[in-house]
Amino acid sequence: MTSPVRKAAVGIFATAFALAVTGSTIAPVSAETGVTDTEIVLGGTHPYSGPASAYGNIGKGIGAYFSYVNDHGGVNGRKIKYIDKDDGYSPPQAVQLVHQMVEQDKVFAIFDTLGTAVNTALRPYLNQQGVPHLFVATGASTWGHDYQKFPWTIGWQPDYQAEAILYARDILQNHPKAKIGVLYQNDDYGEDYNAGLKRGLGTHQNMIVKMASYETTDPSVGSQIATLKASGADTFMIFATPKFAIQAMVLAAQQSWHPVTYLNNVSAAVPFMQAAAKAGGPSAVAGVISTIYLKDPANHARYAGDAGMKWYNEIMAKYLPSADKDDGNYLYGVSIGYTMVDVLKRAGKDLTRKKVMDIATNLVEKDNPLAYPGVIIHTSPSFRYPITQMITAKWLATDWSPMGVLVDTRALTMAEK
Amino acid sequence: MRPNVAALARVGIAVAIIALLPAVVPSFLVFDLIYVAAFSIAILGLVILTGMNGQISLGHGAFMALGGYVVAVLAHSAGWPYWAGILAAMVACGLFGLVFGLIALRLAGVYLALATFSLAVATPSFLKHYKSITGGFGGMSLQPVQAPAGIPTDGQHWLYYVSWAVAGLAFAVSALIVRGKFGRALRALRDNPIAAVSFGVNPYVYKTLAFGWSAVLAGLAGAFYAIPTAYVSPDTFTFALSITLLIGAVLGGISTFWGALVGGIVVEFLPLVAQQINAAAPSVVYGVALILVMMFLPDGIVGGVLRLVYRFRPAPSQPALESSTPSAAPVAVSPQTRE
Repeated sequence: MTSPVRKAAVGIFATAFALAVTGSTIAPVSAETGVTDTEIVLGGTHPYSGPASAYGNIGKGIGAYFSYVNDHGGVNGRKIKYIDKDDGYSPPQAVQLVHQMVEQDKVFAIFDTLGTAVNTALRPYLNQQGVPHLFVATGASTWGHDYQKFPWTIGWQPDYQAEAILYARDILQNHPKAKIGVLYQNDDYGEDYNAGLKRGLGTHQNMIVKMASYETTDPSVGSQIATLKASGADTFMIFATPKFAIQAMVLAAQQSWHPVTYLNNVSAAVPFMQAAAKAGGPSAVAGVISTIYLKDPANHARYAGDAGMKWYNEIMAKYLPSADKDDGNYLYGVSIGYTMVDVLKRAGKDLTRKKVMDIATNLVEKDNPLAYPGVIIHTSPSFRYPITQMITAKWLATDWSPMGVLVDTRALTMAEK
Repeated sequence: MRPNVAALARVGIAVAIIALLPAVVPSFLVFDLIYVAAFSIAILGLVILTGMNGQISLGHGAFMALGGYVVAVLAHSAGWPYWAGILAAMVACGLFGLVFGLIALRLAGVYLALATFSLAVATPSFLKHYKSITGGFGGMSLQPVQAPAGIPTDGQHWLYYVSWAVAGLAFAVSALIVRGKFGRALRALRDNPIAAVSFGVNPYVYKTLAFGWSAVLAGLAGAFYAIPTAYVSPDTFTFALSITLLIGAVLGGISTFWGALVGGIVVEFLPLVAQQINAAAPSVVYGVALILVMMFLPDGIVGGVLRLVYRFRPAPSQPALESSTPSAAPVAVSPQTRE
């Protein structure tokens, strides 16, 4: 080795050693990781980029609500510090970010990570670390189903299968001669809906005349729509994420196919419907059937005097003034944030991870301001599907009009177990 | 050949830094650095294939997927230890790479890019279709790595050292492969295929072998991408991964091995840094960074650094980069123009 090189090497070793010594200062001892006298640190990831970026607004809604909470005294005197990163809907990216949140940022809990694959990847690590993995934003049934293996993980929104069962019942009741064509996303999310539909139809599964799948990387679902139309189907199930659901409605109208259409809840936010109506004309969306379990921020007439909606509008006006508050994803964020804060409040001043899990799994929350009137967020240690109530709704010109009564799918979900 | 002292010293410093980093950085960063090792190995494959041989691949994510899934399936379904799975992944990817390399012989430039891209696009559907083997959409969870008994460290640090030791080995073997006749043949075929063939270089053999070795590296990278995540799913290996790898190679410097290392760092950390700069639109920051580098550092970060060095220092008698471009001054290699 030449001398300058040796000098450089010695320098690097020395610096590294110095950093090693100074870097290992001992953190102050606190009762629980991520909780100090003044702060609770929560972490989460959302797809702000990538194929599912429409859901990024959920994270923004949560951020707005936490700011509101902090400006109104926080949670039992503590402010929430919310670390929210972009995972691009990629499991490895989410795993890396969450490692950083747990090990570096010392979060108290991981909250509202989004997507079935992302959460499947996160779940073993968080359960091994004993970090609460709360209210994951996916309707796969595994979150409620596999709690014994993963006690630190819990979902929030209704189970996809239960939702599809409601559609099947509606078909059997109102369109018993239907010929059903299904468009579904070729992944676990689409498969969950298909399974629910088949379970709901029971012995009438032969009503399904055609199933067409798409990949999230497909540019368009045009050929799938043509196939479904050609099959002679007169009833159209759309089990698709927003971008493809909008395309499906628009392309069906453009191909002069006007079936009875059922649209899964995750794509039924009003801005998506408006986008479809704009591109495909009013006939593209008229009479579409979906389900509701939260209030609809775009239904201005129905919720004109609603205290919860007024409260939501105030939060949005103050903390996200430039956002389109009619987008149900923001409302989802505020609503799920409310449940999170509710659990933290109930856990009291002496906050521990264990206690928060106990409360999240023994929850009866009747006052979520943004849940559809009558919807109760309800769990027990052996039944971990927080929202099981839904109501079917029909799209009438400008907004969703609820039909019939609120249905509790709890019994269905229990049977599924 | 006289050993290049300066080059060896640089390698020595890099090894020392990698060995010491875990002592000074927080543990989550150690975790991120495992991914840097994986990305660096994959990009090394691109440096050899695209940078040195001029064959553009937009499908290296597919080879990573194959590698990752071979390890995952063998570990998950057959109970193989990871090390055996990794070797199997390398063999599988090497064979697949050789076969694909034979196809690639018939395609050049943008046509090859498209063919490899279709491979990347088809991969997730393929993985979803063969559910019984791959676990379908839901993917497969893997056992987290534990340090072997008697080694006083946790699984994460153990995996860090193993992944970097493997990366070091991959770099060293690749350097040996491309330094002599083989490397010259690759570059000759890139720069002037007609002249190369006239001098007796068999393009079929060399181009196919380059594809095969590049695929071996990508498969190895895929294994070290899957193991720390302890989970594989079709969403893990989208076509975006393939593009990201090529971006990393170009940003790092596609004509040098150092570019692969820098590229690995860029691919891992640029998205994270972009989020720090602007949480609302990380992809915009990412894009702007890409444009800036392309405008001001057309031969990548490593090339840019070298240019600075040469500007302020007389050129050394030896080529500064082992197994790099033949001229002492770094030259931007743009494969399209050299076809």
